[in-house]
Amino acid sequence: MALDKVTFMSNISRDDVANLAKLARIEMSDQELDHLSQELSVILDAVARVQEVAGEDVPPTSHPLPLNNVFRNDEVRPSLTASEALSGAPAQEGNRFKVPQILGEE
Amino acid sequence: MIEKSAHEMAAALQAGEITSVELVTAHLNQIERVDKEVHAFLYVDKEGALSQAADIDKRRSQGAKLGPLAGVPLALKDVMVQKGIPTTCGSKMLEGWRPPYDSTVVRKLKENDVVILGKTNMDEFAMGSSTENSAYGPTHNPWDLTRIPGGSGGGSSASLAAFEAPLAIGTDTGGSIRQPAAVTGTVGVKPTYGGVSRYGLIAFSSSLDQAGPCARTVLDAAYLHEAIGGYDPMDSTSINAPIPAVVAAAKNADVKGLKIGVIKELQGDGYQPGVLKRFNESLEILASLGAEIVEVSCKHFDYALAAYYLIAPSECSSNLARFDAMRYGIRTGEGSAEDVMKATREIGFGREVKRRIILGTYALSSGYYDAYYGSAQKVRTLISRDFAGAFEKADVLVSPTAPTTAFKIGEKANDPIAMYLNDIATIPTNLAGICGISVPSGLADEDNLPAGFQIMAPAMKDDRLYNVGSALEAALLSRWGKPILANAPLLGAR
Repeated sequence: MALDKVTFMSNISRDDVANLAKLARIEMSDQELDHLSQELSVILDAVARVQEVAGEDVPPTSHPLPLNNVFRNDEVRPSLTASEALSGAPAQEGNRFKVPQILGEE
Repeated sequence: MIEKSAHEMAAALQAGEITSVELVTAHLNQIERVDKEVHAFLYVDKEGALSQAADIDKRRSQGAKLGPLAGVPLALKDVMVQKGIPTTCGSKMLEGWRPPYDSTVVRKLKENDVVILGKTNMDEFAMGSSTENSAYGPTHNPWDLTRIPGGSGGGSSASLAAFEAPLAIGTDTGGSIRQPAAVTGTVGVKPTYGGVSRYGLIAFSSSLDQAGPCARTVLDAAYLHEAIGGYDPMDSTSINAPIPAVVAAAKNADVKGLKIGVIKELQGDGYQPGVLKRFNESLEILASLGAEIVEVSCKHFDYALAAYYLIAPSECSSNLARFDAMRYGIRTGEGSAEDVMKATREIGFGREVKRRIILGTYALSSGYYDAYYGSAQKVRTLISRDFAGAFEKADVLVSPTAPTTAFKIGEKANDPIAMYLNDIATIPTNLAGICGISVPSGLADEDNLPAGFQIMAPAMKDDRLYNVGSALEAALLSRWGKPILANAPLLGAR
């Protein structure tokens, strides 16, 4: 509870959010960037308290199950046909996904 | 008939008192009558449901051996892919998409002859606690149409409370099955992580996501749990062990001598008095049935919400990278692949989804990783240790499911932190990968709206949830003299 006990002060600038949006490949308007930088600062203030108890001696948990590599036999199994796999494609050509240019001119 | 429980419907089908086509038609008619107001469904597969029902009736008349839920209809949360049926996950990003395959849950439903009525509304990509984040408009709580039905699985819970379906599928990443159940007076179970396959469940936070059953009674949820659960080689995190005997546990409920641990940290400040009153009453009932009530402390639970709102956004920022406008989903914009991606993701994702992707991208970025994501993972360890210590003192742990009853649509829409606090009691279960159930505890005095009683059990001890839940449900039913939903306003001419 007690999200009000937070003592950290996070300050996410508009430029920070613009950079994160670029990394996450989301176009954002100036208005959206302003709004989100304010919201993120508030949220980060609230969640930063995880550091209070995250001591050196505590091992991290990334997953609830103690899993190692899970293998399957390397054998051919039924799978989607090409036309099924392409059925939701925004564009296709010659049984392949058609995508915009990926590499730049340079 | 639509007000009966799923197992009563199944018995009527087996006795030949009604056909599946008639039963499905009755539910389609109810959807027709009330869903304009409730908006539980994003898509109703009338033709598919009736043809599946007709096929089941035909096989039954030929003497085929059918499963215990054969011919009973179900509502499917739109996060679960079903071959050929529009699946949006509540997002514009997937508008018009028809998956080319069935999720394992859908395959098992079909194998068990459960009739799928259609897809239910949800917060976009299951991110939210109110279903207000759906790109297709909110779902309304059948108890009061101006209020939220919980979230993210508000469509599934509302469909049960409005008698549009007796069974539904939900998914629970931080409470998205249990909190909607609590605020609609229905039952919802988050099985042990790995207990139900995630194959074909559109991923939000893969180490937390878990599909599970939603119903109006504990026994119905148990039947559905056994139908959809079990090991699946298509999900590498699926547990290779038999499904816990949940139907038997629901049928033979007996809490005599059972130790029930009340978690000190999950009550008090922030919890609505009427919710706490019904919670304490339920505890007294369980004590009167012979259970021993002990208090336990899980001192790191105060940090669970903060850890969750770092881990879930971090995982979602990675998982949602797949929506790149290249292979499926919408595509917009001109220029390079990167320009098209950015333009598509701008219009395809809603506010909450963008907020979480950006938050997760920040928490995982170099320089901040240790402080945020790394620390959150350590808190996750501390939460699991708290649970392990508490389960040494008690067989099950209990708390109110949600701190309040259903709030008004729009009330918390502009305050993400207030919204996140809804999940304060449900999140620890997901972080530790254990199981939990919400059963109705009655109506809060202040507003006459349903409150939920949450029971948690160790991993793969899901049967304990059904044992305690069923015992409480039976005792409350005999006290009230009628099911809780008999108090809900009459929607449609049922």
